[in-house]
Amino acid sequence: MIEREVMVRSDAGVHARPAMMFVREAMKYPCEVFLVKDNVEANGKSIMSVLGLAITSGSRLIVRARGEEEESAVVKLVSLIENDFKN
Amino acid sequence: MQTKKIYVRDLRDADSKIDLQMELVAGKDGLGKEIIVGDINRPGLGLAGFFDFFAYDRIQIFGLGETAFMRRLSVEQKREVFEKFFSFDVLCCVFTHNEHPDEMFVEFANRYRVPTLVTRHRTTRFISLLTHVVEEFFSPMVVMHGTLVDVFGIGVLLMGKSGVGKSETALELIERGHRLVADDMVEVKKIDESLLMGSGSDIIRHHMEIRGLGIINVRDIFGIRSIRNRKRIEMVVLLEEWTDGGEYDRLGIDEKRYTILDLDVPFIIVPVRPGRNIPIIIETASLNQRLKKMGVFSARELDSRIQNWMRMEGERSDD
Repeated sequence: MIEREVMVRSDAGVHARPAMMFVREAMKYPCEVFLVKDNVEANGKSIMSVLGLAITSGSRLIVRARGEEEESAVVKLVSLIENDFKN
Repeated sequence: MQTKKIYVRDLRDADSKIDLQMELVAGKDGLGKEIIVGDINRPGLGLAGFFDFFAYDRIQIFGLGETAFMRRLSVEQKREVFEKFFSFDVLCCVFTHNEHPDEMFVEFANRYRVPTLVTRHRTTRFISLLTHVVEEFFSPMVVMHGTLVDVFGIGVLLMGKSGVGKSETALELIERGHRLVADDMVEVKKIDESLLMGSGSDIIRHHMEIRGLGIINVRDIFGIRSIRNRKRIEMVVLLEEWTDGGEYDRLGIDEKRYTILDLDVPFIIVPVRPGRNIPIIIETASLNQRLKKMGVFSARELDSRIQNWMRMEGERSDD
């Protein structure tokens, strides 16, 4: 299992579109992907789950992956968040 | 196990059956403070000037006694006491009996960002209600990746890999008149060490993502009778891709268990393949579960009937 901490800086937080971008990217990897906020772990491959975290600007998140290609998944997803969900 | 952080704000917005009847009167900026211990403190001794062992990090309850005492103080005395009181990082204050704090208190609370609330309840009553609410806050919690549906009064937690059809199954169950509690992300709390209560995240409540449709609001589409906010989890159903060599339960004589937060819940594995009507299997499983709760165990009863019959046949052939 691999995890990295990241801070959300986009002003609008993670609303529907950024959540979709994240999930779409996560789906490309075979490993399990989780997004953690305040100790609550959401399934990184489910839009509803990611939206349910209510991630606002300034939230600290942990991107966690377990399984095949976990390392590249975490690197890619962290950079997606750092780049304000722009690919 | 996960522990969610609890903030003073959550106390005010507590979404529970219990209504604390609280109103914020000062210290709005401090609502984001984290509650670390769920205990309370009566600040009477502190107001009288004794601040040794002052449990400032607990919820401070001002009852009739405290408010009456403060009224007796002169302006200077009061200022002195408040200076001292608020020099601690006080978590929050609650005034009971609908007694509002005076202007000076409000001013101090705002300056030191100490959320101050007024409740209509009596002190003892309030403390007992608060204990319930706070205990629920601090009860062990885990987030399960599944869908929780109330099927004939049994809380069924659908689990399985993403793409196996949990949401679609739930959608059909809803269409058949059952009720959705939460999709995809279910917060499960262990209450009183004996039951598991499941609910959804506030913000996405009763929304579902159906591949090909996107996000839908179940409440708007199917109406109020298709939803509920929380439900006790009484059965776990794992949806699994059908494999031809898979060993599936054919008798149902032995009950399998799924453990969540150290509590065991009846557990069944349902193999999924195209054309198999999963919702009706889940409906039947729920009804069967209700029968079991009443002590009627179909598989075991059939088995004992067969065994009886065989014994009688054996006796007859002995004659």
